[in-house]
Amino acid sequence: MATLTTHKPVRLMESDNQRKNSNRALRRFLRHRGAVFGAVLLVFVIGYVILGSLLFSESYANFNDTSRRLQPPSTEHPMGTDNIGRDIFARTVYGGQISLMIGFLAVTVAVLIGTTVGVVTGYFGGWIDVILMRLTEAMLSIPTLLFLLMIANIFGGKVPQIALFGRVFSGSVVVIIVIIGLTSWMGLSRIVRSLVLSLKEAEFITAARALGASDLRLIFKHILPNIVAPVVVSATLGVGGAILSESYISFLGVGVGAPTATWGNILEGSRQFFEQAPWLWVAPGILILMTVMGINFLGDGLRDALDPRSDKSA
Amino acid sequence: MARYVIRRLLQAIPLLLIVSFVLFALMQATGDPLATMGGRQPTRAADRERLARQLGLDQPIHVQYVYWLIGNDWVVVDAETGRTGTRRGILRGDFGVSYATRQPVLEMIGGRVPDTLLLTLTAEVLILTVSLGIGIFSAVRKYSFFDQAFTSISFVLYSVPVFIMAYTLIYAFSIGLRRAGLPYFPTSGIFDPAIGRTFEQVVWHMVLPVLTLSLISIAAYSRYIRSTMLEVISSDYIRTARSKGITERRTLFVHAFKNASLPLITLIGLDLPFLLGGAVVTETIFAWPGMGYLFINSLQRSDYPVLMGILMLIAVGVVISQLIVDLLYTVLDPRIRYS
Repeated sequence: MATLTTHKPVRLMESDNQRKNSNRALRRFLRHRGAVFGAVLLVFVIGYVILGSLLFSESYANFNDTSRRLQPPSTEHPMGTDNIGRDIFARTVYGGQISLMIGFLAVTVAVLIGTTVGVVTGYFGGWIDVILMRLTEAMLSIPTLLFLLMIANIFGGKVPQIALFGRVFSGSVVVIIVIIGLTSWMGLSRIVRSLVLSLKEAEFITAARALGASDLRLIFKHILPNIVAPVVVSATLGVGGAILSESYISFLGVGVGAPTATWGNILEGSRQFFEQAPWLWVAPGILILMTVMGINFLGDGLRDALDPRSDKSA
Repeated sequence: MARYVIRRLLQAIPLLLIVSFVLFALMQATGDPLATMGGRQPTRAADRERLARQLGLDQPIHVQYVYWLIGNDWVVVDAETGRTGTRRGILRGDFGVSYATRQPVLEMIGGRVPDTLLLTLTAEVLILTVSLGIGIFSAVRKYSFFDQAFTSISFVLYSVPVFIMAYTLIYAFSIGLRRAGLPYFPTSGIFDPAIGRTFEQVVWHMVLPVLTLSLISIAAYSRYIRSTMLEVISSDYIRTARSKGITERRTLFVHAFKNASLPLITLIGLDLPFLLGGAVVTETIFAWPGMGYLFINSLQRSDYPVLMGILMLIAVGVVISQLIVDLLYTVLDPRIRYS
């Protein structure tokens, strides 16, 4: 590690330096066994949900036939059928697409809010800092899972089905995305705020300001590019958290509603038929585990790759 | 110091007011607690009107909030008889009455607190002792076989969803043992009604839910403890302590551990209020009659007074435990002073 120079926020000779940095980050990433393992897991899961959808249609995944309910895995239904006779293999494929989408979009919402709040409070300070930080504290003092359950319960059934990308989703998908996003931005906004507070005092910012750069230019051209790395790391780990949150809410029965499948709501009925039909939870459970594990390994690797100061031994 | 504590508590008041109003408005504006009161039939229109008036749901939201907050015993609620309201408000310790059971909310919550704490505190103690052991050992024997094996295991464990952990444990230690003809662990409730609530029964029923709650957190905590311990062990004052000839045990557990415990305290402080909230998923799977289970049941019946009570109790718990954590810092690290 001693041979590496630290990241200087100065952006002279931009293209050259950046390329070197990104090459270095990539090399560091590839050397990180955990990160590569995480990436492989994720590629597998994504391949599974994409290639799987070539095998069956979504209507097949939602097709129920009570005459074949709770069938153990067979050649016809490799992962068995659920309590109303839907094919679990097909449901894990389409449910996976929704779960991954929820994870990704919810984090997008959280990153947008968290970064905005962090930059605004850190950069401008004053009363807006006081108000937004109080709001952050207020959000942090509400137990997230209980709050999520409550809002999901209130809004879940109220949104009509929507059509997106040529598919029809239960409206609760959107609700879940928004509420997970709305309840998971606080940690990020604190990280961003503290980064902005220290960046604001950096000499290159003073220099840019002396050259007459406006607030907006300072924020978008000079501050944001310098906080991308920690935001990316925290967003990556956030995707895993969001997928877990979705699975918990759906598992408890107030998440994404029928007919749309998610990994979480496939598990919903599993407690009841626990002993009789373990195949109800094994496949979706393993898929969630693989995804979250992949994301955690990947996030850890990204942190080490993007942050030259982080020391693996510590 | 006293002034600092008072200032912090004063700052918490607007925070809690905002939290409570937002939660209250969200619940009252969008749910319909009357919908499920007719049992299987939809509630009749006449009943709806009567029930709404009885429960005060016919009032505008800000009025409902004020009544919830400070009560309505100063308001004439019945113009004919001049009768005033009976509620005293949460600020005077009246959490209201459950819509579903008509029991005082405080009583309902109070009945669940001991069982929830029994579960979560036992888990927390187990988490802390085991992860301190593993964390410190890994830090001292850095890169040893044990350290590397446990780091890999903890990375996997850390990613396991709660229900998978619970199901795996149930499958192995309940169904598996039963099928093998051995004594097996129960998977639901807190005691066997046929035997009654004896000490052995409760312990027996606690094993699987406590393990479910602990294993995932042990993975996270021990990694964290390992890294803070490593940081401290490599600092100069530890080398000084060692060079003075202090025993390794004393160096580690007195000199190093005291500083390494600072970040740990932050972590525990974040946990504390949520011990009170129970663990929704775990309690639901194991039908453990705690706060999380109460929350889910109340949610299904839109029983807002109970939901508000639980959420506010936890919010107050967060404020208090944050304050305690900050005060503990000054004890553990004399460099930190508040004024």
